[in-house]
Amino acid sequence: MYSEKVMDHFTNPRNMGTMENPDGEAQIGNPTCGDVMKIAIKVDDGKITDIKFQTFGCGAAVATSSMITEMARGKTIEEASKLTNKTIAEALDGLPPVKMHCSNLAADALNKAIENYKEKKE
Amino acid sequence: MKRVYLDNGATTRTHPEVLKAMEPYFLEEYGNPSSVHSFGREALEAVENSREKVRELINARDSQEIIFTSGGTEADNLAIIGGAMANRKKGNHIITSAIEHHAVLHTCQYLEEEMGYSVTYLPVDRFGQVQIDDFKKALRKDTVLATIMAANNEIGTLQPIKELAALARENGTLFHTDAVQVVGHMPLDVQEWGVDMLSLSGHKFHGPKGVGALYLRKGLKIHPHMHGGAQEKKRRASTHNTTGIVGLGKACELARRNIPEKQKALVSLREKLIKGIEEKIDEVILNGHPKERLPGNVNFCFKYIEGESLLLSLDMQGIAASSGSACTSGSLDPSHVLLALGLSHEVAHGSLRLTLSEFNTEEDIDHVLEVLPGIVEKLREMSPLYKKD
Repeated sequence: MYSEKVMDHFTNPRNMGTMENPDGEAQIGNPTCGDVMKIAIKVDDGKITDIKFQTFGCGAAVATSSMITEMARGKTIEEASKLTNKTIAEALDGLPPVKMHCSNLAADALNKAIENYKEKKE
Repeated sequence: MKRVYLDNGATTRTHPEVLKAMEPYFLEEYGNPSSVHSFGREALEAVENSREKVRELINARDSQEIIFTSGGTEADNLAIIGGAMANRKKGNHIITSAIEHHAVLHTCQYLEEEMGYSVTYLPVDRFGQVQIDDFKKALRKDTVLATIMAANNEIGTLQPIKELAALARENGTLFHTDAVQVVGHMPLDVQEWGVDMLSLSGHKFHGPKGVGALYLRKGLKIHPHMHGGAQEKKRRASTHNTTGIVGLGKACELARRNIPEKQKALVSLREKLIKGIEEKIDEVILNGHPKERLPGNVNFCFKYIEGESLLLSLDMQGIAASSGSACTSGSLDPSHVLLALGLSHEVAHGSLRLTLSEFNTEEDIDHVLEVLPGIVEKLREMSPLYKKD
């Protein structure tokens, strides 16, 4: 059902955990539909220097969270905000069609965290 | 890696003796039971022997009360659609429960949406039991059929079938029960229960897949839904699945041999597993009735985590289980059964069903109890919903 990459990220999630004093953070999703994702970022000189996630959800939700943190780390916030569900899914060698909504969540969570960073800065 | 199969509610291992009994009907006695020649006669004899074994297991009065089908789903469809249609002069009302298997629920919905029947879906209490009083109140003059499962496939809760069937009979209402999870695992007597129809499935108790049966009490009429030859006394056309039917018969014979001992052994493993999980893991909810439950069913919700993640993690440790989470149901909603118990969506997403069979051992349970707490802890650490004290 899942690609090897999905199972790898599910088994050994990258950047999983909480962050103290993040520069930006967001929690999205709804426990009612079974997916909640929290992303926290540290930003230095416009670049994402640290990123952490926590996820309540299925294997795809965990893997997309893990993958987006890996892809966003080191990128400028402009670059990172261009990450889409499609690029995340492709980086994981695809997701089963019924799971595509999960990867939407990861990109949304990161974008919300970036928005939160921008708001805080103002 | 040690592999532990704890998804016996989904399907069971075919018993080697069942497979052995089936083999000659593939290779030597492969005739069509409807044929006149010796090949056909041998096959027909095997089919009728199996019918007698099914009759014995459920204590029907006459083996002709057994109609072979392709499985539990077909038996449910035949009973509900066939029973409601053939007795429509009684009325258009059907009673069922909110926690039935989809083979029953979707069949009732079909009659409701496409055929003009009205259906009452009875609620259940927090353990998953239908209240006898609710059932009594729901019965109407025009209630043609009631269908209540003998035991729930997800949470294992047993229903008071005898009491419900008696009320239905007083009212002149046909009573059907989906006993797919009970047959072969617990003693069962259709005459004592007083049911009119009962569905069973071979692969749920070490028989082959693709074969089941409907018990239809003598003298009752149903409309067939398969049209064709005169098989099964014109109640279910189609060439007999001789090999499957022989396998089902053998599974019934084996099941009947020592149900009380096997039941006792399963209950003991079940209680060990339930106790172990409750002792080792915080914030868990046992779903279903603590005592009135299937001997091999364990179902828990683990708060703050999602079922599919749990299944994947267990699978990587060689443990096969199932869940009622949305991701495993193919929709965005978790199991209708868990929601009917009054659980929130959030909690229902974290359910785990472990179902045992006679092939499971104490070591299997120990293995689960060794592995599961660590998996739950890891997934909770990952969950933004979990706050450590």
